[in-house]
Amino acid sequence: MAIFLTKDSKVIVQGMTGSEGMKHTRRMLASGTQIVGGVNPRKAGTTVDVDGTDVAVFGSVAEAMKETGADVTVIFVPPKFTKDAVVEAIDAEIGLAVVITEGVPVHDSAAFWAYAGSKGSKTRIIGPNCPGLISPGQSNAGIIPADITTTGPIGLVSKSGTLTYQLMYELRDLGFSSAVGIGGDPVIGTTHIDALAAFEADPETKIIVMIGEIGGDAEERAAAYIAEHVTKPVVGYVAGFTAPEGKTMGHAGAIVSGSSGTAQAKKEALEAAGVKVGKTPSETARLARVLFEAL
Amino acid sequence: MDLFEYQARDLFAKHGVPVLDGDVIETPEAARAIAERFGGRAVVKAQVKVGGRGKAGGVKLAADPADAVAKAEAILGMDIKGHTVHKVMLAQTADIKDEYYVSFLLDRTNRTFLAMASVEGGVEIEVVAEENPDALAKIPVDANEGCTPEKAAEIVAAAKFPAEIADQVADVLQKLWKVFIAEDALLVEVNPLIKSGDGKIIALDGKVSLDENAEFRQPHHEELEDKAAANPLEAAAKAKGLNYVKLDGEVGIIGNGAGLVMSTLDVVAYAGEAHGNVKPANFLDIGGGASAEVMANGLEIILGDPDVKSVFVNVFGGITACDAVANGIVQALALLEEKGEAVTKPLVVRLDGNNAELGRKILTDANHPLVEQVDTMDGAAERAAELANAK
Repeated sequence: MAIFLTKDSKVIVQGMTGSEGMKHTRRMLASGTQIVGGVNPRKAGTTVDVDGTDVAVFGSVAEAMKETGADVTVIFVPPKFTKDAVVEAIDAEIGLAVVITEGVPVHDSAAFWAYAGSKGSKTRIIGPNCPGLISPGQSNAGIIPADITTTGPIGLVSKSGTLTYQLMYELRDLGFSSAVGIGGDPVIGTTHIDALAAFEADPETKIIVMIGEIGGDAEERAAAYIAEHVTKPVVGYVAGFTAPEGKTMGHAGAIVSGSSGTAQAKKEALEAAGVKVGKTPSETARLARVLFEAL
Repeated sequence: MDLFEYQARDLFAKHGVPVLDGDVIETPEAARAIAERFGGRAVVKAQVKVGGRGKAGGVKLAADPADAVAKAEAILGMDIKGHTVHKVMLAQTADIKDEYYVSFLLDRTNRTFLAMASVEGGVEIEVVAEENPDALAKIPVDANEGCTPEKAAEIVAAAKFPAEIADQVADVLQKLWKVFIAEDALLVEVNPLIKSGDGKIIALDGKVSLDENAEFRQPHHEELEDKAAANPLEAAAKAKGLNYVKLDGEVGIIGNGAGLVMSTLDVVAYAGEAHGNVKPANFLDIGGGASAEVMANGLEIILGDPDVKSVFVNVFGGITACDAVANGIVQALALLEEKGEAVTKPLVVRLDGNNAELGRKILTDANHPLVEQVDTMDGAAERAAELANAK
């Protein structure tokens, strides 16, 4: 098992024919993902040769779903067009939309999030500004490198791409059920809590690693959720203890405003919920290992 | 990006929010003509992006044009909580009967927009929220529906604005919403919103914060940047398209990915506790690609920082393999030396992930006298801190 994405997932790529879209379509295919099509209204009806695999290009998400049974879309379109791409995915009622694009204006993210709600939230949105998700050995939807880890009992949810890779790599001998990069923007679709709930319900996941960073209160709310609802052991890490107030640290959402959104507050909230919090990524990996061995 | 009060005022005026006449100046003498235009009296207000300027003496009433010059002279150059005053705004005086508060902002927690309003304005709204939360109305605003006349009326009613000004406040709210949407703002705040002696509703002071991700469709926002205040290293990095924040430590940091770089800063700060309390000198995320050119640009910025005593290059090879990153570092050092920029500070490099062995071998073979490799992130941070402290 895994969460949100399995070997049966049929994946399409919005923006496949662009340079990033093509590069990562190639990588997703190479890691075993069932890529069943791309979407580009100007190239509808053509096929693209991706390293020897012919991938059909459709005019819309709805058409691609009808023709292929696709249930996941990965979105690589530029920020300017991201809102329209997500709205199209919501209208087509696809099960999962993974928004990789970085630099989406928050008014656009807030608009597509409100739109998804008004349409009954039939589409799970992950991102924007995220690396996507991977269920190692099964499927890979996004830009997470597939060959740095293996299948195993750890579920990982993270705001950060490279910290996800770092932990996946350090714990590669144990392996992962799924690793979900939820993104570093102020408004994102799937939250830490959503992933925690899914990992709690997934029988293959035995232990959960949760990575957070400064800004907002998602980690504090996740801590409250863990205290109430999560029975599996959780190991946490929070980045940004040394970030100065009022400065955006790379991710649009990574900002300490006044006294809110600090790493210290997040760490304390997680620890109060019984989560072991690592001081460094490597220590976090060690804590996960210790908890796993105690299972 | 947070704006100055005068810039917020300009955006309010542009979208029809009622404001008083005002002008911004950088020299005291310029105050005279403006005060004359206002009929003599003027309020002289320091332009700083920090709260509490009134208490710090940054807002003064001038009785006549000569006094306006004197007050401007007193305020220009003042230090308010570490911010030097380079500009003052002269504004018309107001006959204040009542002070209120209104704002629209992003509510991250609920992933929606939020209107806040209170009839207890003119003080810090955080204080009202803390001491008298019932006096602060908070009404969610759907991103797609916006602040309709009905929504504006709901906000006005929730905050219990007096009936005789309800329509005027509702109108101001809709115009303020226009500012929020049209300018891609994260926050538009009016505090105080006042009722004047003749019953008019006027935005007397305001705060606006803009979304930098929207710059592609807000070309005029670039002019609002406070280029004078930007750190020269930050400005140089921005010109090269680098994601860089200057900090006040001694260990220069280069890494890939925002989360990993934030984490690197923390790990260096911990390691520094045992090495003279050295701290990270900057945040620099060179992104997933980490090409030789980007690496060279990054190294150039960091080596140009006189505070930097050692450099920690922390790369996890995810999408890009470590051999490519190692080649990038070697080429970057060669590029800098070609440009005649002597590299004199020690570099500690940690490569992990895809093709890490190959990458480390490339650096070993290149045998650069200042480059030292450590296999783990924690170990490399320790070494970089030690080197910075030894200098």
